[in-house]
This record gives sequence, C-alpha cells and structure tokens, in this order.
Amino acid sequence: MPLLANWYDLRDLGNGVARLIEALRDAGAPDGLIYAITGLLGAVAILLFVGLAAIINIWIERRLIARIQVRRGPNRVGPFGLLQPVADALKLIQKEALQPNNADGIVFTLAPIVIFIPVILAFAVLPWGEQMVLADLNVGVLYLLALGSTTPIILFMAGYASNNKYALLGSMRVIAMLISYELPMVMALLGVVTFAGTMQMSGIVDFQQTHWSWLIFFQPLAFLIFLLGGTAELNRTPADIAEAESEIIAGFHIEYSGMKFGLFYAAELVNAVAMSGIIATLFLGGWWAFGLEQWVPGWLIFISKIYAVYFILIWFRGTLPRFRIDQLMAFAWKFLLPLAIINVFVVALEVLLWREYELSAGVVLPVAAVVNFALAGVLIAGWARVMGQAFERAPKKPRLFSEIEVPLPDEAAPEAGSGQTEPATV
Amino acid sequence: MVIAFWALAALTVSSAAMIIVVRNLLHAVLFLILSFVGVAGLYITMSADFVAVAQVLIYAGAISVLMIFAVMLTPQSSRDNAGNFLQAPAFVLSGLMIAAVTLVAVETDWREAEDASFIVDGTATAIGDALVSPFVLPFEIASVVLVAAMIGAIVLVRED
Repeated sequence: MPLLANWYDLRDLGNGVARLIEALRDAGAPDGLIYAITGLLGAVAILLFVGLAAIINIWIERRLIARIQVRRGPNRVGPFGLLQPVADALKLIQKEALQPNNADGIVFTLAPIVIFIPVILAFAVLPWGEQMVLADLNVGVLYLLALGSTTPIILFMAGYASNNKYALLGSMRVIAMLISYELPMVMALLGVVTFAGTMQMSGIVDFQQTHWSWLIFFQPLAFLIFLLGGTAELNRTPADIAEAESEIIAGFHIEYSGMKFGLFYAAELVNAVAMSGIIATLFLGGWWAFGLEQWVPGWLIFISKIYAVYFILIWFRGTLPRFRIDQLMAFAWKFLLPLAIINVFVVALEVLLWREYELSAGVVLPVAAVVNFALAGVLIAGWARVMGQAFERAPKKPRLFSEIEVPLPDEAAPEAGSGQTEPATV
Repeated sequence: MVIAFWALAALTVSSAAMIIVVRNLLHAVLFLILSFVGVAGLYITMSADFVAVAQVLIYAGAISVLMIFAVMLTPQSSRDNAGNFLQAPAFVLSGLMIAAVTLVAVETDWREAEDASFIVDGTATAIGDALVSPFVLPFEIASVVLVAAMIGAIVLVRED
C-alpha cells in the first residue's frame, strides 16, 4: 500500500489524516501543531469507537447471556431491544446522585471519572491497521501492564471514600486479586515478548505476519494464562469477588447511584473491549489474518477479532459460577504463576537455540509450536492433578487464628463455615 | 516540549507540596501517586520511555498499593497527625536535604539538549543490553536480595 493513498481509501482510515498532515506541512504549519492535530483526531476516532462499542456491547452482552441462560433478555425497547442501553443511560442520568453521609466527597466523585483514564489510554497503542496506530510506543506491552497496575488504586479510592464496610471489603478484595493476577499475566506476556523479540505492539504483529502464523500457536499456555488473568482483571463473573452480589452486595460501588454508577459500568465494558483488543493483537495477529487483509480492511478484521475474544469473555460470564476468594488466590499463585514461570523458561530455551545456532525459522517454529502445545497440555493436566486436592481442603489445624481460637469445621463437614477459616491472603 | 516540561513540573511539585499540606493520610497517598505520574511524564520529555513506563508500573502501581495498605493499618488515618517529639529533628534533617539538593541543582553544569526530538528506537534495548553485560553483577545481587526479602516475609507470616 502506498503511503499516500486517496483519502476515501477505506483500507486504512488513517489516509485522510495522512493527506491532512501533508496539506498542513505544505502550508508551513509547525511540527508541534501537526502532532497535536493528528493526536486529537486519532483520540476522537478512538473515543467514538469506544463510546459506540460500550453502548452496543451492553445489548450484545445481555442478549448473549440471556441466550446462554435460556432467558429472553432485553427485547422491548426498539427493534430486538436494541435501544435498551439508551433507555438505561437515560434512566441513570435522571437518577439522584446520592452521597453517603460521611463519605469523602472529592475522592468519591473523582473515582468514577478517573477510572476511565487507564481504560481509554490502553487503546492508544493498539494497531488497528498497518499504519493505524495512534502511538506506536517502543515499550507498548509494558505500557499496557503499567496502565493495568493503576486500576486497583482507583477502585480502592471508590471503596474507601464510600464510608461503607462492604465497599471497603470489596476494594480490599479487588486489590488482593489484581495484584495476584498481575504476576502470571506479566509472566505470560514475558513469554510472548521473548518469542517475538520486541515490546512494540506493531512489531509483534509484524512478527506474526513475517512468520505466517499467530502467536497463539506458539504460546498456547501464555494465551490461556493471559485470558484467565484478563477475566480476573476485568472483574467478570468467574472472578467477580470484588462485586459479589451475594456476599458483599456490590463491593466497591455499593454506594454509587445514578450516572456515577453508570460510569463504573461503562468503564468495565470499555475495559473488556480493551482487554479483547490486547489479546487479539498479541495472540491472534491483530489486523493480520493469513492474507485476508488484502481483501478486507485491516481494522474490520481487528474489530471482528476483538468481538471474537469478547464473545469468549461473555461465554465465561454466562457459564461459570463465582470463585471463592481463597480459591481465586490459590488459582493465581499455585496454578497460573508456576506454569507461567515454566513457560518463560521453555520459551527462553527455544529462542536461545534459535538465535544461537542460527536455525531457520521454518524449522524452529513448527517444532516450537508442537513442543509448546504438548507441554501446555501436559503441564495443565499434570499440575491440576498435583494441586487438585489442595484447592478444596479446609486447613487441618488453625494457623493464623490459633490465638483467638476460631472454631474450625470438623472433619465430617468440611464445607460448613469455610468462610471463617480462609487464610489471610493479603 | 517546554510547555510540557513546565506543566509537568508544576504538577509534580504542587502535588508533592500537597502531600505535606493535606491532613488526611489517604489524600496524601493519592497526591503522592499524582506526583509519581508527573515524574513519569518528565521522563517522557527526556525520551526515557522505558524508565517512564517503569515509573508508573512500579511506583504508581505497586509502591502506592503498599502505602495504601500501610494507611489502612494506621488507626484513624483520616484524623490529624499526632504531635510527637521528632518534629525538631525532622525539620533540621529536611532543611539539610533541601540545602543539599539546591546546592547540587545550582552547582551542576547541566547539559542542554539541542534537538528535542524523541529517540526513535527507544531505550529499552540499550537498558536490556546494559543489564546483562556490564551490570550483570548488581542485577543478580538485586534479584538475590529480593528473593531473600520474599522468603523472609513468608517465614515471618507463617505460624506453624
């Protein structure tokens, strides 16, 4: 594709911007102005997509979960219930914005607004097409991890400022969970980055294009770990202990009403799209799809991949019950993290052999794919068998509670009262 | 670039001042996070992209969570600070600190970059090379120290 195609060339939505840059440069505009204008245009385009996607995704998600759970879902407002999200938003806007009595007013108001910053910023590094990247950072993957690491603080702001014990419990849980799941996710991405040899998002897509394959085939274990860690990061149902309606009512956003609650809800949806985009870029080739991108615009391929991953997330949500908090912690620390570390070692060995002996990629990559798939299967099955017994077991003797003598469940009924004996994971 | 520098510097310094001024401990932690983010922005204006991202990841993401836990374990953290007898030594010490930093900032012969453009290929590769070839010993020592700290924490928490 030539650098300066016609502005109406839909294969790359950046063409119009490229023409605009050229015109501005001809007119003698300073570089800073051009930089600011292109940045603003890209940001507006991304915000448009994000806003539309958030509205449509509410409908998609509710309809699909209803279908999975043999219900009908929203079907009254507009054709097929398509206007239901609009009606919801209108309802939320006119609701009274309540604030608890002793709440920390400024932080309480600030939290639902600030939660959007890391969520939206994540879209900046996603490549939508061959040249459609807003900010092609050299440290793109690390940037995404850094953004993800700031969300627990914002959720904690919401929970702490609410002056509610359930909100505080929820935010403590969310911090514990997010910190635990960050480690396996970082380790999984370390495998991907080692394999691709770059942290740049477009570089990773280039790697997949050059070697005519998606990274999911070379890194199946990392893909699974990142997907599971991603569901935890998104607070979605198999891991939504931060909200857990049946235990702590709604967790950190229990006191929020009206549009403030709506902002949390929308941020969660947008975050799901961002996570799907990250997974689609890193593991499923981004805008590249085995030559299909010559016939279909790259950004359409990317959006369809985003929705494919998003469907898996909805599927999880509609199917799986919620983990207990100790199960969730044990899953992160005892299952995902060791597998991710083993994966890093194996990948490093493969890359070392590949680079050291200057083997051709055509030989190394199929072998690596087969080895990694076999290893993923063996490791998941074997580790589950080793650790499988330990997940459900209540502690045999009191440990942290020995001094205050909390009654432990007797051997006959290990399930009863297990909530009291859960180890202090924080 | 100049506008960015002054805006970020104002953000960092003012939020750092607010840490001392505000009475609520949690607000102080939040201002500390804001000042960390401002410092990350300053790193970006110096083309140190890896350091900037690491600053957000480690300081704004991890260290501040640690501090939030410390605040949570402080009884009545939203109250005023209790008066104690360390105020005078702290005043002297921070005065000496300010004097030393000011002296260094004034005395150093700062080099100004002529061309304020971004480094295209970034600094991550150079940092990685430096960590594994000339600075491999400090790197490994740091990892040993971290592992020792982790094992120590586990040993302290276990009771049986």
